Amino acid sequence: MKCLAIAKKDIVMYYLKGPVVIFGILLPLFLFLAFWIGRNLPLNFLIAGLISMTVFFASTSVSPVIAPWEGQMRTLERLLTCPISTTTIVFGDILASITFGIGISIVPLLLALGFGLMLNPVIIPAIILAAFCFSCLGLLFSAYPTNLPSTIMMISSLIRFPLIFISGIFIPIQELPAWGKTISMLSPLTYFTDIVRVSLGMSSFLPLYLDFIILAGFSIGFLALAIKLHEHALLRRL
Amino acid sequence: MIVIEAEGLKKNFGNVKALRGISFEVKRGEIFGFLGPNGAGKTTTVRILTCILKPDSGKARINGYDVVRDTLKAKQSIGVLPEVSNAYPDLTAWQNIMLIASLYGMRRSEAEARANELLKEFGIHERKDAKVRGFSKGMKQRLMLSMALISDPEIIFLDEPTSGLDVQSARMIREKILEIANERKTVFLTSHNMDEVNLLCDRVAIVNKGKIVTIDTPERLKSRVGGNVAIEVSFGDKVVLNLENAERFGNKYVIYTTNPYKTICEVVDFARKSGTKMISINTRTPTLEDAFLKLLEMER
Repeated sequence: MKCLAIAKKDIVMYYLKGPVVIFGILLPLFLFLAFWIGRNLPLNFLIAGLISMTVFFASTSVSPVIAPWEGQMRTLERLLTCPISTTTIVFGDILASITFGIGISIVPLLLALGFGLMLNPVIIPAIILAAFCFSCLGLLFSAYPTNLPSTIMMISSLIRFPLIFISGIFIPIQELPAWGKTISMLSPLTYFTDIVRVSLGMSSFLPLYLDFIILAGFSIGFLALAIKLHEHALLRRL
Repeated sequence: MIVIEAEGLKKNFGNVKALRGISFEVKRGEIFGFLGPNGAGKTTTVRILTCILKPDSGKARINGYDVVRDTLKAKQSIGVLPEVSNAYPDLTAWQNIMLIASLYGMRRSEAEARANELLKEFGIHERKDAKVRGFSKGMKQRLMLSMALISDPEIIFLDEPTSGLDVQSARMIREKILEIANERKTVFLTSHNMDEVNLLCDRVAIVNKGKIVTIDTPERLKSRVGGNVAIEVSFGDKVVLNLENAERFGNKYVIYTTNPYKTICEVVDFARKSGTKMISINTRTPTLEDAFLKLLEMER
């Protein structure tokens, strides 16, 4: 599988770097601490938020900047002359991002077990699906054809941080006003957080099967759009 | 057998007409030179032939495969050394070459054998486990050529393969190009180094402003400059020499002629009559560079 070769290259080149791994764990942890300190909230509610944020940030952290980095390093043209399609490149990038997202998610899962919380096994397919969905979203951020990683990071941050606040991580969806509930439905993170809550013994906002279906729907939509947009964007990076 | 075909290729970038109808054919086993000034359309042509860009109109076939419809099959039969390209700096030489082998769908054992052979041949086998970040420019280029050849392609596109390299690396690459052609493989060579093109190429296309100016053998191109001998003469003063086929370069003139004796007599007569001191006079055969500049001048 050619996309495996791309994924392996991505992991060695971009993911297996000390700062990337540390940042992947620390950023959600700091957000979690900022939210936790001084508030009396149940532990399973907090850990659910931490798991959601970790998978979300880890899966969207590096995938958006691979394409601009490759354009900047002038490795992209070499890659494009090989007998592979844009779809293969996109799939390879997504595969690497999923691997990283799942790998980093082990940290908060161990933390949950360490605190003595019981985890429903449904969390495993949910993490895999969410890592896939968020990786596709990450690839969408880099569809803007620039070779400046800072520009892509800015676009990425402008979208990622608002999504965190509308996805029921800090305030349960049930407690949001009607307009807040409507907005939260636009975020794929909402559905993943809902599944994580259920897996930690809390009540869900939507039926579990619906969370999975909608998350899968987002994934397919993001993937199709990412392939379409990168077909044009990759050439404009040369 | 024709292995590279371009038929009326046109490509625009916004208002800029990069290609205005490029047509040529390259036969199997040929080393085909592609020359032109910067911005002439060389890189755009190479990018279309290597299936990176799609032409706005016209057709191109590689090994019989249409570059737009049969992209992957066309790419499978080529090896490419792009002009502006790098190996992955944080991967080792071995990881880089094996990555390309995987992308060509090669079996691991076959890829390893070929990679070992190429890295040894290009003198970088001892550094195969070192990250490319620490390689010199010559070593990087030799690695890039190894990556282009890993799949043992039928057709190899080399864009400025020896540009800015040390003498040893450049010579190694030139020798490899000749070796490839001896194996009945086809080389499409883009270069600004006229001596290199003259030395290596069977035929040369000169491209300017998105059009082919001419296609011929280097020897025939050289004979087109107006004579088969070039006379270089330099004067002590700034003078105006009105002779046919005379071109001025500073205080030096180059005159292309088929009758060197007559031309030398004319130059000496001119110097005597005008009282100008003649510093030096040399004869040489016209170079491909002379032909290139002359043909481009005629295009203006």
